[in-house]
Amino acid sequence: MATVTYDGASRIYPGTERPAVDKLNIDIADGEFLVMVGPSGCGKSTSLRMLAGLEDIDDGAIWVGDRDVTHVQPKDRDIAMVFQSYALYPHMSVADNMGFALKIAKIDKSEIRSRVEDAAKILDLTEYLDRKPKALSGGQRQRVAMGRAIVRQPQVFLMDEPLSNLDAKLRVQTRTQIAALQRRLGTTTVYVTHDQTEALTMGDRIAVLKDGVLQQVGTPRDMYDTPKNVFVAGFIGSPAMNLGTYQVFDGQAQVGRAKVTLTRDAIAQLKADDKNHVVLGFRPESLDRAAPNAEGAIPIEVDIVEELGSDAFVYGSIPNEFGESKDLHFAAGDSQVVVRIDPRDVPAKGDTIWVTIRGGEQHVFSAATGDRLNAPTIHQDAIVK
Amino acid sequence: MPLHINGAGHPEFMTLPWSLPLEQWPTDQIAALPRGISRHVVRFVKLADKVVAIKETNATIAEREFVMLRELQRLGAPGVVPLAVVSGRTNALGEPLEAALITEHLQFSLPYRSLFSQALREETTTRFVDALAVLLVRLHLLGFYWGDVSLSNALFRRDAAEFTAYLVDAETGDLHAALSEGQRSYDTEIARMNIIGELMDLEAQGHLEDTVDPMAIADRLQERYDELWEALTQTATYTSNIPLRIANRVKELNELGFDVSEMDMRETDDGEALVMRAKVVDAGHHARRLMRLTGLDVQENQARRLLNDLDEYRMLVSHPSEDEGYSAHQWLMKVFEPTVRAVPREFRKKLEPAQVFHEVLDHRWFLAEAADHDVAMPVAVASYVKNVLPNRPDEQSVLGTPASELNAAEMTADLPALTAEVEARSQETPIFEGDNTGAWGGAIDDEDSAADADDAPSSAPTVTRQSTKREPPAHKVPGSERD
Repeated sequence: MATVTYDGASRIYPGTERPAVDKLNIDIADGEFLVMVGPSGCGKSTSLRMLAGLEDIDDGAIWVGDRDVTHVQPKDRDIAMVFQSYALYPHMSVADNMGFALKIAKIDKSEIRSRVEDAAKILDLTEYLDRKPKALSGGQRQRVAMGRAIVRQPQVFLMDEPLSNLDAKLRVQTRTQIAALQRRLGTTTVYVTHDQTEALTMGDRIAVLKDGVLQQVGTPRDMYDTPKNVFVAGFIGSPAMNLGTYQVFDGQAQVGRAKVTLTRDAIAQLKADDKNHVVLGFRPESLDRAAPNAEGAIPIEVDIVEELGSDAFVYGSIPNEFGESKDLHFAAGDSQVVVRIDPRDVPAKGDTIWVTIRGGEQHVFSAATGDRLNAPTIHQDAIVK
Repeated sequence: MPLHINGAGHPEFMTLPWSLPLEQWPTDQIAALPRGISRHVVRFVKLADKVVAIKETNATIAEREFVMLRELQRLGAPGVVPLAVVSGRTNALGEPLEAALITEHLQFSLPYRSLFSQALREETTTRFVDALAVLLVRLHLLGFYWGDVSLSNALFRRDAAEFTAYLVDAETGDLHAALSEGQRSYDTEIARMNIIGELMDLEAQGHLEDTVDPMAIADRLQERYDELWEALTQTATYTSNIPLRIANRVKELNELGFDVSEMDMRETDDGEALVMRAKVVDAGHHARRLMRLTGLDVQENQARRLLNDLDEYRMLVSHPSEDEGYSAHQWLMKVFEPTVRAVPREFRKKLEPAQVFHEVLDHRWFLAEAADHDVAMPVAVASYVKNVLPNRPDEQSVLGTPASELNAAEMTADLPALTAEVEARSQETPIFEGDNTGAWGGAIDDEDSAADADDAPSSAPTVTRQSTKREPPAHKVPGSERD
């Protein structure tokens, strides 16, 4: 087991101007489960492959433990790429399927058997060790595949979108299993996905990348509570955070007809480049229903109500005849606003509801740079009225 | 989502039972061809004019693999031809089913697992591995990182005395402008592991000769790969006699079966030497030459063999000063066509025409050695059709009957009678005159013996007995009927 360090690691493909991965700096602790997440083309898979040794590192270095592996061949890095869907060998026992790589490495039989047995115990496969893969269920077969990597006892596990070829139900199951397994094994793991839910539910920490640049790295809570910029804010969380650019008058953002008081620290950070505008973000679950025309309340015209039983979501728009709302186009798209509401008190289509942003749950970003303006802890925010 | 078929416009695709999981498709639609180890359900399905392979997987993977295979095809990589992706499948209850990828079945191809109805000899195994090494080098030259190189993920076709490997599973692959050292070394490392696993599995099944050492075989892949890669990509520095050196280098690459389409030549900084590297090489040097001369589309080693025969013909029968194209035409009409046409229809599914020609050449050499005199090509082919082809296990078994195990004395004794028969036949009008298609095509029929490549021992194929028009009534040698 070991730490992993990306030390200004860059990958620049020949003939391209922009690096695919640009000066990546991440310190991954021993035993940590780090998830790299981002939209396609953000450099997450390239970063993983740089660690695996499949991509050259054009600048900077990568360390595994106290060893610089920048120029080490993949097979000598003591790293295991884990595939979820190995084909299993039908005529070999489960034990042989798991242990054959060790046989190749000329490890002696008793050692192989003991490592296979240990792995089987962790994977709940002990009673199947002498059976053929045919006798196993789909899930068990997958665990055998995991077992192959585990018995090698590598320093680091790497997983590149391992769940992408599973159906939705199995994906959720396997997601939990992998996370639990990693915690039991305590092996440092780097996991790549485009799915922010996977990232939030699995990782000890999450690294969000965009255009080859690390945007933020932190715990799932950090990412959710205090996204460092507009991109992370829009990427993490489902349904996505509502984000819009609004003009600021006297410390208040003009959101449609409403005036939303911004936190003082955010206002203090405003620069000339922002031209008196901010990007204001609020999560669908950060809103409270309010009386019409109440102070700071934002009117929302209801387009659709999505009832999920435990929750209900209003998809609507902010009438902008008064406010100069130029909306950012994000995952949810257009000027749509999403509000989570009490499923027992659901408005009708065409109604207007009024909502206020709960204290401390507003996110203010620079209109010029997209960087966060208000203080990074939610509790400080909460104090500011 | 409604059913959506994206790809080749084949009317029959619409009529397939997409609302059933592939595993439950009616057996009358399934061509029971042998297959390798796969993560997914893969079945071969008979259409009116072809056999296709259908693989069930999720829509994203199917779509990605389809695009990847098409791109590889465009680059000229040896691989299966993708036909379509079927998505939006639902069963009778409206529940979603997995998407499917349809690829064309590669005719006369053999998955390695189908070849082990008897114990696998070391020499055959090494030929597979050599073919896989060539495939891997070719793919790497194109910038394709495979990610899951294995015997199961390739198909093999006889190619004269060797095999040619084709990529069948591109699911894990990626195309890059060029591969890094790390990608290439990891790919060969995966190949080593997979081959060892696959051979160990055969061992567990009792289908591997005891003398075969899986690890030695896998190491061979690494060696062959390294040798070929080095030979194709090495940088050479020359200080004198440069035109000759360049010509030699090109010839060397041609010998390996590659054409050089881009050469990178730079003077050293001191201007004293020339540094040369083949930048772009294309496999298929001999295949292209044969295609140009004769229109025959065959594999590289088959082409090599045919070209040798063609060159020999030009020297001995035609004339060395004769136009190459004209000689080639003569050879095609007088040697190649008559040889492959002498194979009765019922045996044509066993081998490709070019492969038959190669084997006849081998057989002729064998007969000449045993009889201690030259044996004419028509006689050699008659003997081959009579003695070798019928006894040969069908195409599922690559092992065939090695020539050395045939009874040389018996076959030599046969020669005068066969010679007389051939002479009698030559009096008749050659019915294939002017027909130089050079192929006999047609889809492979249902090979029911190989339904389950895992454990079913393959039984003898059903051979349809038909009389051929060319059977001369007189001079019939007893026993010359295929029985």
